[in-house]
Formats: sequence, structure tokens, C-alpha cells
Amino acid sequence: MAVIYSKPKSLADLQLHYCPGCTHGIIHRLVAQAIDDLGIEGTTIGVAPVGCAVMAYDYFKCDMIEAAHGRAPAVATGLKRSDPSNVVFTYQGDGDLASIGMAETVHAAARNENITIIFVNNAIYGMTGGQMAPTSLPGQVTQTSPYGRDTNTTGFPIRVSEMLATLDGPEYIERVAVNNVKNVKNAQKAIKKAFENQINGKGFSLIEVISACPTNWGLTPQKALEWIDEKMIPYYPLGVYKDRSAEKEVK
Amino acid sequence: MAEKVLMKGNEAIAEAAIRSGCRHYLGYPITPQTEIAAYMAKRMPKINGVFLQAESEISAINMVYGVAATGKRVMTSSSSPGISLKQEGISYIAGSDVPALIVNVQRGGPGLGGIQPSQSDYFQATKGGGHGDYHLIVLTPASVQEMADLTSHAFDLADKYRMPVMLLADGTIGQMMEPVELPEEKTSTVEKPWALTGTKMQREHNIINSLYLNTELLEKTNFERFERYKQIEENEVMYESFMMEDAEICVVSFGITARVSKNAIIEARRQGIKVGLIRPITVWPFPKQPILEAADKVKAFISVEMSMGQMLEDIKLACECKKPVHLCNRVGGMIPSPEQVLAKIVEVEGGKN
Amino acid sequence: MKTEILLAGFGGQGLLFAGKFIAYKGLVEGKNLSWLPSYGPEMRGGTANCSVILSDDPVGSPIVANPDVLVAMNLPSLDKFEKDVVPGGMIFVDSSLIERKVVRDDVKAFYIPATRLANEIGAPTLANMIITGKLIKEAGAVSYDNLDDALHKVVSAKHQNLFDLNKKAIECGYNYAD
Repeated sequence: MAVIYSKPKSLADLQLHYCPGCTHGIIHRLVAQAIDDLGIEGTTIGVAPVGCAVMAYDYFKCDMIEAAHGRAPAVATGLKRSDPSNVVFTYQGDGDLASIGMAETVHAAARNENITIIFVNNAIYGMTGGQMAPTSLPGQVTQTSPYGRDTNTTGFPIRVSEMLATLDGPEYIERVAVNNVKNVKNAQKAIKKAFENQINGKGFSLIEVISACPTNWGLTPQKALEWIDEKMIPYYPLGVYKDRSAEKEVK
Repeated sequence: MAEKVLMKGNEAIAEAAIRSGCRHYLGYPITPQTEIAAYMAKRMPKINGVFLQAESEISAINMVYGVAATGKRVMTSSSSPGISLKQEGISYIAGSDVPALIVNVQRGGPGLGGIQPSQSDYFQATKGGGHGDYHLIVLTPASVQEMADLTSHAFDLADKYRMPVMLLADGTIGQMMEPVELPEEKTSTVEKPWALTGTKMQREHNIINSLYLNTELLEKTNFERFERYKQIEENEVMYESFMMEDAEICVVSFGITARVSKNAIIEARRQGIKVGLIRPITVWPFPKQPILEAADKVKAFISVEMSMGQMLEDIKLACECKKPVHLCNRVGGMIPSPEQVLAKIVEVEGGKN
Repeated sequence: MKTEILLAGFGGQGLLFAGKFIAYKGLVEGKNLSWLPSYGPEMRGGTANCSVILSDDPVGSPIVANPDVLVAMNLPSLDKFEKDVVPGGMIFVDSSLIERKVVRDDVKAFYIPATRLANEIGAPTLANMIITGKLIKEAGAVSYDNLDDALHKVVSAKHQNLFDLNKKAIECGYNYAD
């Protein structure tokens, strides 16, 4: 019988701990696939965040380190500066990257640190049970915004990709989603490019992945994927926000 | 013997670190330790090393964690408020069992405090500092020569025991210049099979981590770590004993205040008072044994320190409260004078006559 | 023998540098020594002082509270530190900048118009080294021999001109008779 699908080799053969319908699993696969395609498992070091992906260090078969909440870009900087021939990536959620770790994120981008960041934006704190995130939408009901996110008292969501694209530092910023086949295919291309950029010495690449959290959104997996199209993408439009090398080619 | 050069204490730390094979320095500016960063910024690019000014102390210590995870010798330096910010990262480094050097050139606190010398981070340095059960090896230089020698020693200890080591200095020793004979060039000789170097597809992946959701496993790692700490307490205590042979009063003091105390002790001896000094060089592990032995011979201890009596507690524990422990201190950036220490010695001497 | 020296003046007058030279002179002569600057937020123009201790025995505390020798290059420094000098000690005053005399009669005072002399010899920034020259002559803490060895430690060989000027300033102060 023909094998039409197999797990990427750099993804450990374990049962993931993520909730049913959560799209972390897809994103893990895309990252591992990129590592396989580029043949870099033996030279890659991954940085796991604090959040739902905290145990990602078990899932990727490359060397892994677990960082404190928000500090993954700083840890990645240390790893990369120690041996620039290695490929270093971080895998972070929205609370980790855009709230407590915003300074580390912005400054790693400003330095054009030659690392790859996979930023999973599902507009909520998952692991701690569904609190408001810096990317939670206006009006979004969470455990800590039980009446809906009130922008008068909690401010507005942060569009990380747009914000980082204003900096001169970073090489490549793209927002993708993983809620349908077409989007997953685009995400695969973007993630692979983010690793390629690092291998080619181009610098900081961040892929923001719009991801589903059915459990904490209180939706079925199918409804959650639809909610991405209906609510998330209108606020967080997909696309390339910065691609320095492509800009140069155009000029 | 190598030629002696005149150097600031802070510069001696930096040069000694480089000679110890440290090629990665990550820091953030704060007075009074900036000479270390300035020295590294100048030297590292010329020796294929890395100097990086991070966006915060928090980031700097996490960069240290990243480099440490690859097994290379790495350091950061800061002063009291900055060291507070680094505590989270230090706890992770301790919990992940990776070696690193953290230099604290102390200044007065709490809060923003001041920029003049202090020893008031003693508790923070010796009792953990961050969250969780852990220790740092804490070395306290009292001269520019020791700034260099103990830096060199610190890297070896960090590698040997896979743990963070702190050099606990103060603004005076950091800023002063003295002749110093710089240590020999060396590199790490410890094998680091745990390091994140990339699997090269030749081994299972290494994981550097401090998360153990399995409580039994987390307990086990704590017990194991404290077994290592026990070895350190047995093997790595360092102290200096000065005029203790016939001493009836024992001054205990480290760093700059130990030097002030020596002046006072020499003067007290001239006046016929039998007083000596135990100078802890490691404050963790604390030199408990020599203090316990002294407790049988002396009538009192005097803790001379630039804090409200933080080391005093360790002296009481070490001497098992067999003898009174008096405090002679200045704080807030003030340094005790030899006259103040002498007056305390005379007072304690008189109290028993 | 032990000599405790305090050099004080405005930031920018080169007192830390002068102290460093004296310290190096001591090092070359095989003495024990320490050099300790005051440090603070005033980078320029504020008060600056440094303490140098030269001793045959190891130096204990590097802090100089009661100097054997005080160099005062501005009035606030003389006002602040005159009382601290040990009886029988020495005070070196830049008399081009400080009009008043030393009040105490139990110390030996030397008045050197260092800033004026520095201008006259074409080294307007080296009043510090002129007063250092006088200090070497009178205080006996370090010798006048082999100035070059110590000077090479503090002035880079790349700046021969500066080296010569510093030496000229020290000589000028050494030979000045008040």
C-alpha cells in the first residue's frame, strides 16, 4: 500500500498533549517538516516557551531548551551567538511573545538576530485556563474579561507583525493561518522560508501563525476554524509584512 | 612570575575571565560595574568573542542561559538592582544545572538605593535569591588580585559542579586599582556531554530544562542537587585566618570591610587586645568549621559588614550560639572606618573585664 | 613606611590621572599600593578625588580618611579636607586657583601656582603633574629617579609629545621653589 502521509522525521513519535482541535499539532508538523526538508535536524536547537507549548522540547528531536516565560528570544540569542553555524528557533505563544516577552521580541528583531521565531497567536492564554491575551479581540470573552474585552479599560490588541515590520532590523515577517488546507500550505512555505533565511544568514524571521483554541474559545473544533476566518483574520490580515530581500530585488 | 600591572578591580575581573576562556559576555549598564562591560566591549571583538549589550538585565541573564546551555564559558555582571532583575534567570540556570558566572558589584539598597559600596545583597546571594531550593557558590574578593584569581576559580567551579557561581564584590574593590598578577590562560577541561551542540544525527537530543511536572522526579532532582551542594560544602570552603592563634575576640568580615578590620586589628594588638580575623572567601559555602572551632577559644565574635547584620546570622549558626556575636556595621554606601571597628573591639573586650 | 595621599579638585583637572602616575611610580619601586577614586554621577566639573596609599607592608583599607599628604586643586577641596590631614602632614595648594592660605599651623603647606606654570610651559592641562612634581620632591613617598618607567605606564607610547610634556610638567614642579 502506498504511503501518502508520514510524520516528519524530526518530530518525535509521541502522542501530543494538546487538546482536541488545537492547531499546535499542525504547526509542530510544519516546523518539523521544514527542518526535514532543509536537512538541519542535526544542527538545529529549539527553544520552548512557557504556555501550552511548554513541553515542545519533548516533541522535536533536535536539541531543545526550555526558556522562562517570554525570554525565548534572549535564550535563542545566546544559543546563536555561541555557535552561529547552528540553526536556532523559538516557538512561542501570544502571552509569552507579545506580553511578558515583548521587550525580548522587539529587541531581537531590532538587532536582526539571525534566528527564526514561530509565533502562535490564538488570542488567549491557553495553559493557564483561558485568560485575556495581548492579542485577544475587542469584546472577546475570556476568564479575565468575562464581560468581553473592554478596550476602554484593557486597551487594544497588538498586531505584532505590523508593529515589527516598522523596524529596520528584521528580515522577514509574515502572518499565516492554519485553519484550512490552502492556509496550511502557505504557512508551510512561510515557515520553511523563515528557516532558509537563517541558513542564508539573512537574519530575523518571524512567522505569526493564527491558531485555534477551541477549548478556551468555547467552540467546537470546526466552529473554531470558522471563527478564525470570521473574527481573527479580519483583525489580523494574512500576508507578508516585511521581506527585505524581496524588497531589494524589486528595487 | 608574571609582571604585575595596575588595574581596577572591575577590569581585573574582565581580563581574568577572558584568560579563563570566557568568550561570551552579555550585560546591561549599571554603576558601579560598567568598567567590566567597557573592557569586554573593547576586547571581545578582537579575540573572536561576543560582547552584547542586552535590552535589560532580564534579557542579559537569559542570553547567558542560552550560551551556558551550549557548554561554553559565559558571564554577566551587574550591580544590586540589576542582580534582582536577573534572579529569575539565575533560578532557571540553577534549576537547569548549567554553569555560568554572575558578578555582583554591590551598591546600597533597597530599591534604587545608591551607587556607593555595600554588602547588603548577602542574603540574596547566599540564601538562593530567586525562587526554589538552590544555591550559588559565592566568592567574595577582598583585593584586585582576588578579583582576578577568584574569577578564574569561579569558572572552574561552575564547570565542575554544573552550576552558577557568583562573584560578590562591592563598589570599592571594583573601582580601586592595585598591582595584580593576572592568571594564566586556560580553558575548560570538563567534558560537557549534556551541552546543546546540535545532535549531528549522532545521539539522542539533549534537553536543557527545569520543568518537572512529575513531582517525584522534581523531588529527586532537588535531592540530587543538594547532594552536590554537600560535596561543595565539604570541599570548596575558602577563608583566611589572620592573627587567630591566640585571639580572644574574633572579627568576621569579608571583602572591603575585612581590609578595614585588619587595620583595626593591628591597632588593637598594639594596644594589647588579642583579636583576630576570620575572613570568609566563600560565603556560600560558609566557613562554618573554623568559626565553630574559634567559638571554643574566643569570648565573642564581631561581624563587620556593610549590611544590617546579614552575615551575622550565619556566624550565629556556625558557632551554634556558643558565644555572643556583635555587629559593627555601616550601610547605605558608607564604609566602616578602622576607628569604628577598633572602638567596637575595645568595647567588646571591656565588656568582659 | 606608609604614606596616604589624597588628591582633590574639580573633575577634569586630572587628579585621578596624577594619582595613577604616583601609584605606578610606587609599583615600579616595588611598593605595596592602592588607588581608589571617588565615583559618582558627576562626569565633568564636579568634585573629584582619589586616594593613593604607598606602603612597605600590604595595604589594608584603601580608604584615606586622614591623609599624610593632601593635594588641593580647588577651594572646595581645601575647605573640605584641610581638617583631615594628620598633624605634621603636608598640603599642596594650587595657588593660582586658591587664594587663601592653609589655616592650620601643625601641617606643612606648599603653594604652587600650578595652573599658571602649566600655561607658561605650554602644557595648560598639566597643572596636575606640576603639583605632582612638587609632591615627589617634598613628600618622599616616591623617588624622582626613573620617571620614564612610570610615565610610560600612564601615557601611551603613541603619544610621544604628551609624554614629553608630562615629564616637563613634573620637572617644572619638582624644581619650583616657593
